[in-house]
Amino acid sequence: MFEAVAFYLFAFLTIAMFYIVVTTSQALYALTALAAGMIFISAFFFILGADFLGAVQIIVYTGAVMALYAFGMMFFDTTREVKEKQGNKYIIVGLSTLAAVLTVVIFAAPMVSENIVALYPALDGVGNTQMVGLVLFTKYLIPFEVAAIMLLVAMVAGIVLAGKKMDISLTLMSSNEIKEKEEENKKVLS
Amino acid sequence: MEIGLNHYLVLSTILFAIGLVGVMRRKNLLLLFFATEILLNSVNIAFAAISHYYGDLTGQMFAFFVIAIAASEVAVGLGLLIVWHKRRGTIDLDSMSSMRG
Repeated sequence: MFEAVAFYLFAFLTIAMFYIVVTTSQALYALTALAAGMIFISAFFFILGADFLGAVQIIVYTGAVMALYAFGMMFFDTTREVKEKQGNKYIIVGLSTLAAVLTVVIFAAPMVSENIVALYPALDGVGNTQMVGLVLFTKYLIPFEVAAIMLLVAMVAGIVLAGKKMDISLTLMSSNEIKEKEEENKKVLS
Repeated sequence: MEIGLNHYLVLSTILFAIGLVGVMRRKNLLLLFFATEILLNSVNIAFAAISHYYGDLTGQMFAFFVIAIAASEVAVGLGLLIVWHKRRGTIDLDSMSSMRG
């Protein structure tokens, strides 16, 4: 009973928040509603017994990603109203319905054929966080390391693209200008 | 009133549809990014639900990797957006038509 009440409450709240995100004309409202929706989604993870995933959801999404968006919005003019695309409404509705049906089919197909077998069943007397650690550092060790390298690359790319000296950014300069800058730096250093 | 796997899949599908509508009607690139976050999150719910109801941790693992990919996507995407905004002064999707033939 408690599970059902919690599920319906958080489902309603999440849908309402994400609906605000895609319909509002104020970027700040969209950011705030998205942050709230992320928190509500972590509630589903806690209901499903995926404690570690819920904590990661809160830390990474509402902590890191939303803070990054908030800082990014300082660079843009977000106070003015957002203009909307005036597309064909029927195409939008049709494509959305098609994609939703496709998602249901994708998820329902293995269930109909009953082909899913638990490859890494949860052990008795082992908590979720411990179990995640066991699986992540045995079976999924290489994807884990690849994800770490990918995050490192993304961090370097973010620093290079949005770095402090954006007015002389390397991405906007020609190769001659870059060489001049290098020589200037050598003079300063020597 | 037992909550089953189908409840979560339907919820995930509804959220995915909302995200798709956002992707299709938004013109501002920042709000387009918000819509992609909704898409990724709806898939994460489905992964966690399947992982719970089948007693298998693979779904949660994939949800972790999806979160890692979303974080790096935001870092690189926002950097590119800032470069574009410095150049053109706008982040509307219509301003990015320089490769149109």
